[in-house]
Amino acid sequence: MKPEYDLLVIGGGPGGALAARTAAEQGLSVGLIEKRPAIGVPVRCAEGVGRDLLEEFMDPDPAWISAEIDRAVIVAPDGYRMSLEPSMGGNEVGYVLDRKRFDRELVIQAAEAGADIQVKTRAISPIIENGTVSGARVEQNGLVQDIRARVVIAADGVESKFSRWCGVDTTVPLGEIETCVQYLMTGIDIDEAATVFYLGNDVAPEGYVWVFPKGPRTANVGIGISGRKSREGSRPLDYLNRFVRSNFPNGRIVEWIMGGVSICPPLEKTVADGLIIVGDAARVSDPITGGGIYNAMYTGRLAAQVAADAIAKGDVSAPSLMPYDAGWRASKLGSALQRNYRIKEYFVKLSDDKLNRLVHSISRLDLSQFSTLEIIKELIRHDPSLLLELKAIRDLL
Amino acid sequence: MLVIRRDVCGYCGCCVSVCPQGALELIDAYLSVEGECSSCGVCARACPLGALEVADEA
Ligand SMILES: Cc1cc2nc3c(=O)[nH]c(=O)nc-3n(C[C@H](O)[C@H](O)[C@H](O)COP(=O)(O)OP(=O)(O)OC[C@H]3O[C@@H](n4cnc5c(N)ncnc54)[C@H](O)[C@@H]3O)c2cc1C
Ligand code: SF4
Ligand code: SF4
Repeated sequence: MKPEYDLLVIGGGPGGALAARTAAEQGLSVGLIEKRPAIGVPVRCAEGVGRDLLEEFMDPDPAWISAEIDRAVIVAPDGYRMSLEPSMGGNEVGYVLDRKRFDRELVIQAAEAGADIQVKTRAISPIIENGTVSGARVEQNGLVQDIRARVVIAADGVESKFSRWCGVDTTVPLGEIETCVQYLMTGIDIDEAATVFYLGNDVAPEGYVWVFPKGPRTANVGIGISGRKSREGSRPLDYLNRFVRSNFPNGRIVEWIMGGVSICPPLEKTVADGLIIVGDAARVSDPITGGGIYNAMYTGRLAAQVAADAIAKGDVSAPSLMPYDAGWRASKLGSALQRNYRIKEYFVKLSDDKLNRLVHSISRLDLSQFSTLEIIKELIRHDPSLLLELKAIRDLL
Repeated sequence: MLVIRRDVCGYCGCCVSVCPQGALELIDAYLSVEGECSSCGVCARACPLGALEVADEA
């Protein structure tokens, strides 16, 4: 690592990699540090991503795709299965990635664009001069080094400690962390082209169980529940083991994956003097699904573009970086986050009875265009008795 | 005092994100208490595996 860059990126996930690649392509000198010894390992993800979303950034490559998905199945608490078919279009068409390879590929692309990469290197504190973030003190193998930068991008994921050290409160409320465990299972009977979501307060309180195919007879089988529902004896691990015992008793577990994903609103401000916060660190994962791969890539790319402009202007103050904050909030992603947060607030309060009714009603709809928005509009048209309950959400649409 | 059961911890960072004190730090494959821990127990609730426990100070 050089002692100085235009842009220093903290974290080598999809957010950091896209930021580094974009900035290097724009001619900035870029350093990216990742504290783990390997990019993408261990995995902390169910690896699902929408096809359209991914293809905004790159052409799909079988080298890092585990499975292609053409429908989603939702299982109501009473066991009723509703299928969302490809004819409905929309987000459920997509891929299950192999993130060990995908994340590494993204970082390699950043390196090929000219970014310096250093793994097993952890940011331990920011360098702050005259109130402006001006780099980071990093540690590798016991060696401490100061790396200065015009702009720092914090892409340090769910932990989000770097921004905290810079004075931004990134604490996720306990009720708004989805605490997750996932098994990579093999030898199980699955529909290889469908992602399956199980709902219900007994299955996964304020969350869901997912089965995402990873290839023949192999899938990510995982669960996320709200932190406020997790306690000794009823942790995600307990729920997952119960689910696996009754659904895949003969499956073999070949990998344990755990992690947390935030479903809170994004940080109030995602820039500071000399600092831009992207991806999970900015709390921009989807409040309903917990999906954040695309969101990290989107904000990472935008952050680099805004940083490049600010550096060219010679002004890296927070106001000069604000187009990033304003930009993602005004984007489709920003409005989806806002809407889905309110919808999530409604859904987490539903009893199993109401969940059942909802799923049954949705399955009777003729959805030419599937999206959360369309579903809710259709539901209200179709089942006026749900109107009252959905009123809170309807007003958002 | 916060007790970390290292044999249980999967170093996922979930607990780090909810600590109101910013007291936890994940250093690759191990979790450590680096800051002022108030023994509030929030992290212990969030841990998917049950690797954290606030023990009574005797
Ligand atoms: C169980 C689970 C299932 C999920 N399933 C899905 C899914 O199916 N689809 C989807 O879209 N999203 C899913 N997500 C969310 C998705 O994984 C994240 O949104 C995505 O990885 C965010 O990317 P990122 O680049 O912001 O952060 P990350 O990918 O978390 O990368 C951050 C990186 O920063 C590094 N880092 C942290 N601190 C430092 C430091 N001080 N110095 C140097 N490096 C540091 C970390 O080691 C890490 O590699 C899931 C999450 C979990 C936990
Ligand atoms: S949440 Fe639990 S498993 Fe994850 S790092 Fe913290 S203590 Fe370890
Ligand atoms: S007990 Fe509270 S203050 Fe201490 S590490 Fe856990 S969350 Fe942080």
